[in-house]
Amino acid sequence: MTELTSTEKSPVLRVNGLSVSYNSDPVVYSVNFDIPHGAMSAIIGPNGAGKSTTLKAVVDIQPRLTGQIEIFGQTYDKVRNRISYVPQRASVDWDFPVTVQDVVLMGVYPTLGLLGRVRPMHWAKVMEALERVGMTGFADRQIGQLSGGQQQRVFLARALVQDADLYLLDEPFAGVDAATEKAIVKVLKDLQSKGKTIVAVHHDLTTVEAYFDHIVFINRSIVAAGSVAREFTEEHINQTYGRLVASQKQVI
Amino acid sequence: MLDDFLMFSFAPMLIGLFIAITCAILGNFLLLRKQALVSDSISHVVLPGIVLAFVVTGSAATWPMMIGAGVAALLSVAFIEVIVRFGRIEPSAAMGVVFTSMFALGVLLLELSDTRNVHLDVQHALYGSLESLIWLDAVGWRSLLDPVALAGLPHELWRVLAVFALVTGAIIVFWRHFVLISFDETFAASAGVHVGLVSIFLISLSAIAAVAAFDAVGSIIVIAMFVCPPATARLLTNRLKTQVALSVLFASLSVIVGILASGYVLRPFGYTDSVSAAGMIAVISGILLAASAVFGKHRLAVN
Repeated sequence: MTELTSTEKSPVLRVNGLSVSYNSDPVVYSVNFDIPHGAMSAIIGPNGAGKSTTLKAVVDIQPRLTGQIEIFGQTYDKVRNRISYVPQRASVDWDFPVTVQDVVLMGVYPTLGLLGRVRPMHWAKVMEALERVGMTGFADRQIGQLSGGQQQRVFLARALVQDADLYLLDEPFAGVDAATEKAIVKVLKDLQSKGKTIVAVHHDLTTVEAYFDHIVFINRSIVAAGSVAREFTEEHINQTYGRLVASQKQVI
Repeated sequence: MLDDFLMFSFAPMLIGLFIAITCAILGNFLLLRKQALVSDSISHVVLPGIVLAFVVTGSAATWPMMIGAGVAALLSVAFIEVIVRFGRIEPSAAMGVVFTSMFALGVLLLELSDTRNVHLDVQHALYGSLESLIWLDAVGWRSLLDPVALAGLPHELWRVLAVFALVTGAIIVFWRHFVLISFDETFAASAGVHVGLVSIFLISLSAIAAVAAFDAVGSIIVIAMFVCPPATARLLTNRLKTQVALSVLFASLSVIVGILASGYVLRPFGYTDSVSAAGMIAVISGILLAASAVFGKHRLAVN
Protein backbone atom coordinates (compact mmCIF):
# COMPACT_ATOMS: atom_id res chain seq x y z
CA MET A 1 0.00 0.00 0.00
CA THR A 2 1.45 3.35 -1.03
CA GLU A 3 1.50 6.14 1.44
CA LEU A 4 -1.30 8.63 1.16
CA THR A 5 -0.36 12.28 0.81
CA SER A 6 -1.06 14.36 3.85
CA THR A 7 -4.05 16.14 2.32
CA GLU A 8 -5.70 12.84 1.49
CA LYS A 9 -5.01 11.34 4.86
CA SER A 10 -6.39 14.21 6.90
CA PRO A 11 -10.18 14.42 6.98
CA VAL A 12 -12.00 16.88 4.71
CA LEU A 13 -14.29 17.83 7.56
CA ARG A 14 -13.45 17.61 11.25
CA VAL A 15 -16.04 18.53 13.88
CA ASN A 16 -14.65 18.71 17.37
CA GLY A 17 -16.67 19.27 20.55
CA LEU A 18 -19.57 21.02 18.81
CA SER A 19 -22.45 22.19 20.99
CA VAL A 20 -25.40 24.26 19.81
CA SER A 21 -28.36 25.52 21.79
CA TYR A 22 -31.54 27.43 21.03
CA ASN A 23 -32.50 29.71 23.94
CA SER A 24 -30.44 27.71 26.45
CA ASP A 25 -31.99 24.39 25.33
CA PRO A 26 -29.11 22.27 24.05
CA VAL A 27 -29.79 20.85 20.58
CA VAL A 28 -26.54 19.01 20.13
CA TYR A 29 -23.61 18.66 22.51
CA SER A 30 -20.05 17.37 22.32
CA VAL A 31 -20.39 16.35 18.71
CA ASN A 32 -17.16 14.89 17.32
CA PHE A 33 -16.75 13.27 13.92
CA ASP A 34 -14.51 13.24 10.86
CA ILE A 35 -15.51 12.93 7.24
CA PRO A 36 -12.68 11.35 5.23
CA HIS A 37 -11.66 12.58 1.80
CA GLY A 38 -13.80 11.19 -1.02
CA ALA A 39 -16.48 9.79 1.25
CA MET A 40 -20.17 9.70 0.56
CA SER A 41 -21.47 10.08 4.06
CA ALA A 42 -24.97 9.87 5.55
CA ILE A 43 -25.92 11.75 8.69
CA ILE A 44 -28.57 9.58 10.26
CA GLY A 45 -30.78 10.13 13.27
CA PRO A 46 -34.40 10.58 14.40
CA ASN A 47 -36.35 13.83 14.00
CA GLY A 48 -35.04 16.55 16.25
CA ALA A 49 -31.70 14.78 16.69
CA GLY A 50 -29.80 17.84 15.46
CA LYS A 51 -28.80 16.65 11.96
CA SER A 52 -29.70 19.88 10.14
CA THR A 53 -28.41 21.95 13.02
CA THR A 54 -25.03 20.23 12.81
CA LEU A 55 -24.86 20.85 9.06
CA LYS A 56 -25.81 24.51 9.55
CA ALA A 57 -23.13 24.87 12.20
CA VAL A 58 -20.59 23.47 9.72
CA VAL A 59 -21.45 26.17 7.16
CA ASP A 60 -21.44 28.86 9.83
CA ILE A 61 -25.14 29.71 9.60
CA GLN A 62 -25.89 28.34 13.05
CA PRO A 63 -23.93 30.02 15.84
CA ARG A 64 -22.21 27.44 18.01
CA LEU A 65 -21.81 27.44 21.74
CA THR A 66 -18.56 25.49 21.75
CA GLY A 67 -16.41 23.47 19.39
CA GLN A 68 -14.13 23.79 16.40
CA ILE A 69 -14.91 22.97 12.81
CA GLU A 70 -12.12 22.42 10.35
CA ILE A 71 -12.73 22.03 6.64
CA PHE A 72 -9.72 21.18 4.48
CA GLY A 73 -7.76 22.07 7.61
CA GLN A 74 -9.12 25.63 7.67
CA THR A 75 -12.04 27.59 9.07
CA TYR A 76 -15.18 27.75 6.95
CA ASP A 77 -14.81 31.35 5.79
CA LYS A 78 -11.38 30.61 4.30
CA VAL A 79 -12.60 27.71 2.14
CA ARG A 80 -16.15 28.90 1.49
CA ASN A 81 -15.77 28.72 -2.29
CA ARG A 82 -14.79 25.03 -2.11
CA ILE A 83 -18.02 24.11 -0.34
CA SER A 84 -21.54 23.81 -1.63
CA TYR A 85 -24.46 23.74 0.77
CA VAL A 86 -27.92 22.62 -0.31
CA PRO A 87 -30.58 23.70 2.20
CA GLN A 88 -33.82 21.82 2.76
CA ARG A 89 -36.13 22.25 -0.19
CA ALA A 90 -38.95 23.39 2.09
CA SER A 91 -36.89 26.29 3.39
CA VAL A 92 -37.68 28.56 0.43
CA ASP A 93 -40.83 30.04 -1.08
CA TRP A 94 -41.35 28.22 -4.40
CA ASP A 95 -43.83 30.88 -5.50
CA PHE A 96 -40.95 33.31 -5.88
CA PRO A 97 -41.05 34.96 -9.35
CA VAL A 98 -37.93 33.40 -10.83
CA THR A 99 -37.28 30.73 -13.43
CA VAL A 100 -35.39 27.46 -13.05
CA GLN A 101 -32.31 28.88 -14.78
CA ASP A 102 -32.38 31.98 -12.54
CA VAL A 103 -32.18 29.76 -9.45
CA VAL A 104 -29.34 27.65 -10.85
CA LEU A 105 -27.49 30.83 -11.83
CA MET A 106 -27.50 31.84 -8.15
CA GLY A 107 -24.78 29.21 -7.77
CA VAL A 108 -22.34 31.50 -9.57
CA TYR A 109 -23.34 34.65 -7.65
CA PRO A 110 -20.69 34.14 -4.94
CA THR A 111 -17.90 34.15 -7.55
CA LEU A 112 -19.22 37.22 -9.38
CA GLY A 113 -18.62 39.83 -6.69
CA LEU A 114 -20.50 43.09 -6.56
CA LEU A 115 -20.18 44.38 -10.12
CA GLY A 116 -19.18 41.27 -12.06
CA ARG A 117 -21.40 40.56 -15.04
CA VAL A 118 -23.08 37.27 -15.87
CA ARG A 119 -21.28 35.99 -18.97
CA PRO A 120 -22.10 33.32 -21.58
CA MET A 121 -19.61 31.09 -19.75
CA HIS A 122 -21.82 31.21 -16.67
CA TRP A 123 -24.96 30.40 -18.63
CA ALA A 124 -23.12 27.46 -20.23
CA LYS A 125 -22.39 26.15 -16.73
CA VAL A 126 -26.05 26.55 -15.80
CA MET A 127 -27.18 24.61 -18.86
CA GLU A 128 -24.63 21.86 -18.25
CA ALA A 129 -25.77 21.50 -14.64
CA LEU A 130 -29.41 21.33 -15.72
CA GLU A 131 -28.52 18.60 -18.17
CA ARG A 132 -26.75 16.59 -15.49
CA VAL A 133 -29.87 16.58 -13.33
CA GLY A 134 -32.18 15.92 -16.28
CA MET A 135 -33.92 19.30 -16.23
CA THR A 136 -32.83 20.80 -19.56
CA GLY A 137 -36.38 21.20 -20.81
CA PHE A 138 -37.37 23.18 -17.72
CA ALA A 139 -34.82 26.02 -17.89
CA ASP A 140 -37.43 28.66 -18.65
CA ARG A 141 -40.15 27.44 -16.25
CA GLN A 142 -41.28 29.39 -13.26
CA ILE A 143 -40.16 27.41 -10.21
CA GLY A 144 -43.68 27.21 -8.76
CA GLN A 145 -44.67 24.89 -11.61
CA LEU A 146 -42.23 22.18 -10.52
CA SER A 147 -42.93 19.00 -8.56
CA GLY A 148 -41.06 18.36 -5.33
CA GLY A 149 -38.57 16.11 -7.09
CA GLN A 150 -37.94 18.68 -9.80
CA GLN A 151 -37.40 21.38 -7.19
CA GLN A 152 -34.79 19.20 -5.52
CA ARG A 153 -33.04 18.67 -8.87
CA VAL A 154 -32.92 22.42 -9.37
CA PHE A 155 -31.27 22.84 -5.98
CA LEU A 156 -28.76 20.14 -6.89
CA ALA A 157 -28.04 21.87 -10.21
CA ARG A 158 -27.35 25.11 -8.34
CA ALA A 159 -24.87 23.20 -6.18
CA LEU A 160 -23.18 21.68 -9.25
CA VAL A 161 -22.64 25.16 -10.70
CA GLN A 162 -20.67 26.04 -7.58
CA ASP A 163 -17.94 23.56 -8.60
CA ALA A 164 -17.19 22.64 -5.01
CA ASP A 165 -14.98 19.97 -3.44
CA LEU A 166 -17.29 19.30 -0.51
CA TYR A 167 -21.06 19.01 -0.93
CA LEU A 168 -23.32 19.29 2.10
CA LEU A 169 -26.95 18.37 1.43
CA ASP A 170 -29.81 18.72 3.91
CA GLU A 171 -32.35 15.95 3.25
CA PRO A 172 -31.91 15.73 -0.53
CA PHE A 173 -34.30 12.78 -0.74
CA ALA A 174 -37.14 14.19 1.35
CA GLY A 175 -40.43 14.08 -0.52
CA VAL A 176 -38.98 13.30 -3.95
CA ASP A 177 -40.18 10.67 -6.43
CA ALA A 178 -38.25 7.44 -7.05
CA ALA A 179 -36.88 8.61 -10.41
CA THR A 180 -35.51 11.78 -8.87
CA GLU A 181 -33.95 9.86 -6.00
CA LYS A 182 -32.18 7.64 -8.52
CA ALA A 183 -31.06 10.63 -10.59
CA ILE A 184 -29.71 12.45 -7.54
CA VAL A 185 -27.80 9.37 -6.33
CA LYS A 186 -26.27 9.01 -9.77
CA VAL A 187 -25.11 12.63 -9.81
CA LEU A 188 -23.69 12.33 -6.29
CA LYS A 189 -21.83 9.07 -7.07
CA ASP A 190 -20.50 10.73 -10.18
CA LEU A 191 -19.14 13.58 -8.05
CA GLN A 192 -17.62 11.06 -5.66
CA SER A 193 -15.84 9.30 -8.50
CA LYS A 194 -14.25 12.65 -9.35
CA GLY A 195 -12.77 12.83 -5.87
CA LYS A 196 -15.40 15.08 -4.30
CA THR A 197 -16.66 14.53 -0.78
CA ILE A 198 -20.38 14.35 -0.06
CA VAL A 199 -22.29 14.61 3.20
CA ALA A 200 -26.08 14.24 3.20
CA VAL A 201 -28.66 14.29 5.95
CA HIS A 202 -30.57 11.08 5.32
CA HIS A 203 -33.71 9.45 6.67
CA ASP A 204 -34.19 6.12 5.01
CA LEU A 205 -32.28 3.31 6.73
CA THR A 206 -33.10 0.87 3.94
CA THR A 207 -31.03 2.75 1.35
CA VAL A 208 -27.99 3.58 3.50
CA GLU A 209 -25.93 0.61 2.31
CA ALA A 210 -26.79 1.16 -1.35
CA TYR A 211 -26.06 4.90 -1.43
CA PHE A 212 -23.39 5.61 1.18
CA ASP A 213 -20.00 4.31 2.26
CA HIS A 214 -19.65 6.39 5.40
CA ILE A 215 -22.13 7.08 8.18
CA VAL A 216 -22.59 9.38 11.15
CA PHE A 217 -25.21 8.34 13.72
CA ILE A 218 -26.43 11.30 15.70
CA ASN A 219 -29.01 11.81 18.40
CA ARG A 220 -28.14 15.03 20.25
CA SER A 221 -24.65 13.62 20.42
CA ILE A 222 -22.69 11.26 18.21
CA VAL A 223 -23.63 7.60 18.66
CA ALA A 224 -21.16 6.23 16.11
CA ALA A 225 -19.31 7.37 13.01
CA GLY A 226 -17.25 5.52 10.43
CA SER A 227 -17.52 3.31 7.39
CA VAL A 228 -20.94 1.86 6.62
CA ALA A 229 -19.43 -1.63 6.44
CA ARG A 230 -18.22 -1.41 10.03
CA GLU A 231 -20.58 0.97 11.81
CA PHE A 232 -23.98 0.38 10.21
CA THR A 233 -24.95 -2.17 12.83
CA GLU A 234 -28.13 -3.07 14.59
CA GLU A 235 -26.59 -2.00 17.86
CA HIS A 236 -25.86 1.52 16.61
CA ILE A 237 -29.26 1.90 14.98
CA ASN A 238 -30.71 0.70 18.24
CA GLN A 239 -28.78 3.25 20.24
CA THR A 240 -29.76 6.04 17.87
CA TYR A 241 -33.44 5.33 17.37
CA GLY A 242 -34.51 2.93 20.09
CA ARG A 243 -35.59 -0.67 19.64
CA LEU A 244 -38.54 -0.23 17.33
CA VAL A 245 -36.61 0.76 14.26
CA ALA A 246 -33.92 -1.83 14.91
CA SER A 247 -36.45 -4.63 14.78
CA GLN A 248 -37.75 -3.19 11.52
CA LYS A 249 -34.29 -3.55 10.09
CA GLN A 250 -34.31 -7.19 10.99
CA VAL A 251 -37.44 -7.66 8.95
CA ILE A 252 -35.74 -6.04 5.98
CA MET B 1 -53.00 75.94 -20.30
CA LEU B 2 -49.41 74.77 -20.72
CA ASP B 3 -48.15 77.51 -18.47
CA ASP B 4 -50.72 76.50 -15.90
CA PHE B 5 -49.53 72.93 -16.09
CA LEU B 6 -45.91 73.95 -15.64
CA MET B 7 -46.70 76.24 -12.76
CA PHE B 8 -49.14 74.10 -10.80
CA SER B 9 -48.83 70.47 -11.85
CA PHE B 10 -45.30 69.99 -13.17
CA ALA B 11 -43.43 70.01 -9.86
CA PRO B 12 -46.01 67.95 -7.92
CA MET B 13 -46.08 65.41 -10.72
CA LEU B 14 -42.29 65.13 -10.89
CA ILE B 15 -41.99 64.87 -7.11
CA GLY B 16 -44.81 62.36 -7.01
CA LEU B 17 -43.17 60.29 -9.75
CA PHE B 18 -39.78 60.14 -8.03
CA ILE B 19 -41.34 59.17 -4.71
CA ALA B 20 -43.75 56.64 -6.18
CA ILE B 21 -41.09 54.93 -8.29
CA THR B 22 -38.61 54.84 -5.40
CA CYS B 23 -41.15 53.32 -3.03
CA ALA B 24 -42.48 50.87 -5.63
CA ILE B 25 -39.02 49.50 -6.50
CA LEU B 26 -38.24 48.84 -2.83
CA GLY B 27 -41.75 47.52 -2.30
CA ASN B 28 -41.06 44.62 -4.67
CA PHE B 29 -38.43 43.25 -2.34
CA LEU B 30 -40.38 43.98 0.83
CA LEU B 31 -43.35 42.17 -0.70
CA LEU B 32 -41.29 39.10 -1.67
CA ARG B 33 -39.68 39.04 1.76
CA LYS B 34 -43.20 39.16 3.25
CA GLN B 35 -42.29 42.46 4.88
CA ALA B 36 -44.72 44.65 2.96
CA LEU B 37 -46.10 46.10 6.15
CA VAL B 38 -42.65 47.29 7.17
CA SER B 39 -43.29 50.45 5.14
CA ASP B 40 -46.55 50.91 7.03
CA SER B 41 -44.77 50.43 10.32
CA ILE B 42 -42.01 52.86 9.39
CA SER B 43 -44.38 55.66 8.56
CA HIS B 44 -46.25 55.06 11.82
CA VAL B 45 -43.25 54.82 14.03
CA VAL B 46 -41.28 57.78 12.71
CA LEU B 47 -44.11 60.31 13.06
CA PRO B 48 -43.33 61.46 16.63
CA GLY B 49 -39.65 61.80 15.73
CA ILE B 50 -40.45 63.93 12.72
CA VAL B 51 -42.88 66.11 14.66
CA LEU B 52 -40.35 66.68 17.42
CA ALA B 53 -37.68 67.53 14.86
CA PHE B 54 -40.09 70.05 13.34
CA VAL B 55 -40.94 71.53 16.71
CA VAL B 56 -37.35 71.77 17.88
CA THR B 57 -35.81 73.16 14.70
CA GLY B 58 -38.86 74.89 13.31
CA SER B 59 -37.98 73.82 9.80
CA ALA B 60 -38.63 71.01 7.38
CA ALA B 61 -34.96 70.55 6.59
CA THR B 62 -33.96 67.03 5.63
CA TRP B 63 -31.36 66.22 8.26
CA PRO B 64 -33.26 67.09 11.45
CA MET B 65 -36.20 65.10 10.08
CA MET B 66 -34.03 62.09 9.23
CA ILE B 67 -32.37 62.17 12.65
CA GLY B 68 -35.72 62.53 14.43
CA ALA B 69 -37.14 59.64 12.40
CA GLY B 70 -34.06 57.51 13.07
CA VAL B 71 -34.21 58.12 16.82
CA ALA B 72 -37.94 57.29 16.85
CA ALA B 73 -37.28 54.07 14.91
CA LEU B 74 -34.50 53.01 17.31
CA LEU B 75 -36.70 53.78 20.32
CA SER B 76 -39.48 51.62 18.85
CA VAL B 77 -37.12 48.70 18.43
CA ALA B 78 -36.05 49.11 22.06
CA PHE B 79 -39.68 49.34 23.24
CA ILE B 80 -40.60 46.20 21.31
CA GLU B 81 -37.65 44.35 22.85
CA VAL B 82 -38.58 45.49 26.36
CA ILE B 83 -42.23 44.50 25.93
CA VAL B 84 -41.30 41.09 24.54
CA ARG B 85 -38.83 40.51 27.40
CA PHE B 86 -40.93 41.64 30.32
CA GLY B 87 -44.43 41.10 29.02
CA ARG B 88 -43.56 37.64 27.68
CA ILE B 89 -45.70 38.09 24.60
CA GLU B 90 -45.07 37.48 20.93
CA PRO B 91 -42.99 40.01 18.97
CA SER B 92 -45.86 40.68 16.53
CA ALA B 93 -48.16 41.64 19.40
CA ALA B 94 -45.48 43.90 20.87
CA MET B 95 -45.00 45.52 17.44
CA GLY B 96 -48.72 46.16 17.13
CA VAL B 97 -48.73 47.91 20.49
CA VAL B 98 -45.63 49.99 19.80
CA PHE B 99 -46.52 51.04 16.23
CA THR B 100 -49.98 52.29 17.10
CA SER B 101 -48.73 53.98 20.27
CA MET B 102 -45.95 55.77 18.42
CA PHE B 103 -48.36 56.96 15.74
CA ALA B 104 -50.82 58.13 18.39
CA LEU B 105 -48.01 59.93 20.17
CA GLY B 106 -47.07 61.60 16.89
CA VAL B 107 -50.64 62.80 16.32
CA LEU B 108 -50.83 64.02 19.90
CA LEU B 109 -47.59 65.96 19.51
CA LEU B 110 -48.93 67.46 16.30
CA GLU B 111 -52.07 68.66 18.03
CA LEU B 112 -50.22 70.00 21.05
CA SER B 113 -47.37 71.67 19.24
CA ASP B 114 -47.49 75.30 18.20
CA THR B 115 -48.35 75.06 14.55
CA ARG B 116 -47.99 78.79 13.92
CA ASN B 117 -44.26 78.37 13.44
CA VAL B 118 -44.36 74.87 12.16
CA HIS B 119 -46.25 74.12 9.01
CA LEU B 120 -47.46 70.69 9.99
CA ASP B 121 -50.73 69.16 11.11
CA VAL B 122 -52.54 65.83 10.95
CA GLN B 123 -53.93 66.60 7.53
CA HIS B 124 -50.42 67.34 6.34
CA ALA B 125 -48.98 64.18 7.90
CA LEU B 126 -51.50 61.97 6.17
CA TYR B 127 -51.96 63.65 2.81
CA GLY B 128 -48.86 65.80 2.51
CA SER B 129 -49.01 69.00 0.54
CA LEU B 130 -48.39 67.92 -3.01
CA GLU B 131 -50.63 70.70 -4.37
CA SER B 132 -48.64 73.41 -2.64
CA LEU B 133 -45.42 72.47 -4.40
CA ILE B 134 -45.85 74.96 -7.18
CA TRP B 135 -43.28 76.41 -9.54
CA LEU B 136 -43.96 80.13 -9.63
CA ASP B 137 -40.97 80.91 -11.87
CA ALA B 138 -42.35 78.89 -14.74
CA VAL B 139 -43.27 81.03 -17.75
CA GLY B 140 -43.47 78.40 -20.46
CA TRP B 141 -41.37 75.48 -21.64
CA ARG B 142 -38.28 77.71 -21.94
CA SER B 143 -38.13 77.76 -18.14
CA LEU B 144 -37.03 74.14 -18.20
CA LEU B 145 -33.71 75.30 -19.62
CA ASP B 146 -33.42 78.48 -17.59
CA PRO B 147 -31.16 78.05 -14.53
CA VAL B 148 -32.76 80.96 -12.73
CA ALA B 149 -36.25 79.60 -13.17
CA LEU B 150 -35.11 76.07 -12.32
CA ALA B 151 -33.68 77.34 -9.05
CA GLY B 152 -37.23 78.30 -8.12
CA LEU B 153 -38.42 74.71 -8.19
CA PRO B 154 -39.56 73.47 -4.76
CA HIS B 155 -36.61 72.21 -2.72
CA GLU B 156 -38.51 68.96 -2.05
CA LEU B 157 -37.84 68.04 -5.66
CA TRP B 158 -34.09 67.86 -5.14
CA ARG B 159 -34.53 65.88 -1.95
CA VAL B 160 -36.69 63.20 -3.56
CA LEU B 161 -34.47 63.18 -6.65
CA ALA B 162 -31.45 62.43 -4.44
CA VAL B 163 -33.29 59.61 -2.66
CA PHE B 164 -34.50 58.24 -5.99
CA ALA B 165 -30.90 58.17 -7.27
CA LEU B 166 -29.66 56.55 -4.06
CA VAL B 167 -32.29 53.81 -4.12
CA THR B 168 -32.07 52.96 -7.82
CA GLY B 169 -28.27 52.94 -7.60
CA ALA B 170 -28.33 50.64 -4.57
CA ILE B 171 -30.85 48.30 -6.21
CA ILE B 172 -28.73 48.03 -9.36
CA VAL B 173 -25.47 47.42 -7.50
CA PHE B 174 -26.92 45.07 -4.88
CA TRP B 175 -29.58 43.44 -7.08
CA ARG B 176 -28.10 39.96 -6.72
CA HIS B 177 -27.78 40.37 -2.95
CA PHE B 178 -31.39 41.43 -2.60
CA VAL B 179 -32.62 38.59 -4.82
CA LEU B 180 -30.52 36.01 -2.99
CA ILE B 181 -31.57 36.96 0.53
CA SER B 182 -35.20 37.27 -0.57
CA PHE B 183 -35.31 33.83 -2.21
CA ASP B 184 -33.01 31.68 -0.09
CA GLU B 185 -31.56 33.13 3.10
CA THR B 186 -29.80 29.95 4.19
CA PHE B 187 -28.03 29.50 0.88
CA ALA B 188 -27.13 33.19 0.80
CA ALA B 189 -25.62 32.95 4.28
CA SER B 190 -23.65 29.82 3.38
CA ALA B 191 -22.30 31.62 0.32
CA GLY B 192 -20.93 34.41 2.49
CA VAL B 193 -23.68 37.01 2.11
CA HIS B 194 -24.26 38.83 5.39
CA VAL B 195 -28.02 38.32 5.39
CA GLY B 196 -28.68 40.48 8.44
CA LEU B 197 -26.70 43.38 7.04
CA VAL B 198 -28.31 43.26 3.58
CA SER B 199 -31.73 43.02 5.19
CA ILE B 200 -31.05 46.03 7.41
CA PHE B 201 -29.77 47.91 4.36
CA LEU B 202 -33.03 47.22 2.53
CA ILE B 203 -35.09 48.36 5.50
CA SER B 204 -32.91 51.47 5.90
CA LEU B 205 -33.41 52.40 2.25
CA SER B 206 -37.15 51.99 2.76
CA ALA B 207 -37.02 54.17 5.86
CA ILE B 208 -35.05 56.87 4.04
CA ALA B 209 -37.53 56.81 1.17
CA ALA B 210 -40.52 56.92 3.52
CA VAL B 211 -39.16 59.82 5.55
CA ALA B 212 -38.01 61.83 2.53
CA ALA B 213 -41.39 61.36 0.90
CA PHE B 214 -43.31 62.05 4.06
CA ASP B 215 -43.12 65.81 4.05
CA ALA B 216 -44.04 66.25 0.41
CA VAL B 217 -46.74 63.66 0.00
CA GLY B 218 -47.77 62.37 3.42
CA SER B 219 -47.86 58.85 4.75
CA ILE B 220 -50.91 57.55 2.86
CA ILE B 221 -49.23 57.68 -0.51
CA VAL B 222 -46.01 56.21 0.88
CA ILE B 223 -47.83 53.16 2.19
CA ALA B 224 -49.87 52.86 -1.02
CA MET B 225 -46.83 53.10 -3.30
CA PHE B 226 -44.81 50.54 -1.30
CA VAL B 227 -47.57 47.97 -1.53
CA CYS B 228 -49.99 48.51 -4.43
CA PRO B 229 -47.78 48.75 -7.56
CA PRO B 230 -45.57 45.75 -6.65
CA ALA B 231 -48.60 43.68 -5.65
CA THR B 232 -50.35 44.63 -8.91
CA ALA B 233 -47.26 43.67 -10.90
CA ARG B 234 -46.78 40.38 -9.03
CA LEU B 235 -50.22 39.23 -10.20
CA LEU B 236 -49.30 39.86 -13.83
CA THR B 237 -45.92 38.16 -14.16
CA ASN B 238 -43.71 35.42 -12.82
CA ARG B 239 -40.45 37.19 -13.68
CA LEU B 240 -38.82 39.40 -11.11
CA LYS B 241 -37.35 41.92 -13.54
CA THR B 242 -40.66 42.24 -15.37
CA GLN B 243 -42.38 42.63 -12.02
CA VAL B 244 -40.11 45.50 -10.99
CA ALA B 245 -40.54 47.19 -14.40
CA LEU B 246 -44.33 46.83 -14.23
CA SER B 247 -44.41 48.18 -10.68
CA VAL B 248 -42.57 51.30 -11.90
CA LEU B 249 -45.10 51.65 -14.70
CA PHE B 250 -48.09 51.30 -12.36
CA ALA B 251 -46.61 53.69 -9.82
CA SER B 252 -46.07 56.30 -12.56
CA LEU B 253 -49.53 55.75 -13.96
CA SER B 254 -51.08 56.21 -10.51
CA VAL B 255 -49.27 59.51 -10.00
CA ILE B 256 -50.04 60.99 -13.42
CA VAL B 257 -53.67 59.90 -13.53
CA GLY B 258 -54.13 60.67 -9.83
CA ILE B 259 -52.88 64.25 -10.09
CA LEU B 260 -54.82 65.00 -13.26
CA ALA B 261 -57.98 63.40 -11.92
CA SER B 262 -57.82 65.12 -8.53
CA GLY B 263 -58.79 68.42 -10.18
CA TYR B 264 -61.74 67.09 -12.11
CA VAL B 265 -63.12 64.07 -10.32
CA LEU B 266 -65.80 66.06 -8.48
CA ARG B 267 -66.95 68.02 -11.56
CA PRO B 268 -69.60 65.48 -12.62
CA PHE B 269 -71.13 65.81 -9.17
CA GLY B 270 -71.50 69.56 -9.47
CA TYR B 271 -68.52 70.54 -7.31
CA THR B 272 -65.62 72.62 -8.55
CA ASP B 273 -63.27 71.72 -5.67
CA SER B 274 -60.19 69.58 -6.11
CA VAL B 275 -59.70 66.49 -3.98
CA SER B 276 -56.38 65.61 -2.37
CA ALA B 277 -53.88 64.65 -5.06
CA ALA B 278 -52.09 62.21 -2.73
CA GLY B 279 -55.37 60.58 -1.82
CA MET B 280 -56.33 60.31 -5.48
CA ILE B 281 -52.97 58.70 -6.35
CA ALA B 282 -53.54 56.11 -3.64
CA VAL B 283 -57.06 55.47 -4.96
CA ILE B 284 -55.80 54.93 -8.52
CA SER B 285 -53.13 52.50 -7.33
CA GLY B 286 -55.81 50.65 -5.40
CA ILE B 287 -58.03 50.44 -8.47
CA LEU B 288 -55.12 49.05 -10.51
CA LEU B 289 -54.49 46.42 -7.82
CA ALA B 290 -58.16 45.46 -7.72
CA ALA B 291 -58.21 45.11 -11.50
CA SER B 292 -55.17 42.87 -11.59
CA ALA B 293 -56.53 40.83 -8.68
CA VAL B 294 -59.57 40.10 -10.82
CA PHE B 295 -57.99 39.77 -14.24
CA GLY B 296 -54.29 39.07 -13.52
CA LYS B 297 -52.72 36.15 -15.33
CA HIS B 298 -50.87 34.87 -12.27
CA ARG B 299 -53.41 35.76 -9.61
CA LEU B 300 -53.71 32.15 -8.48
CA ALA B 301 -50.87 30.31 -6.77
CA VAL B 302 -49.30 27.97 -9.31
CA ASN B 303 -49.43 24.84 -7.22
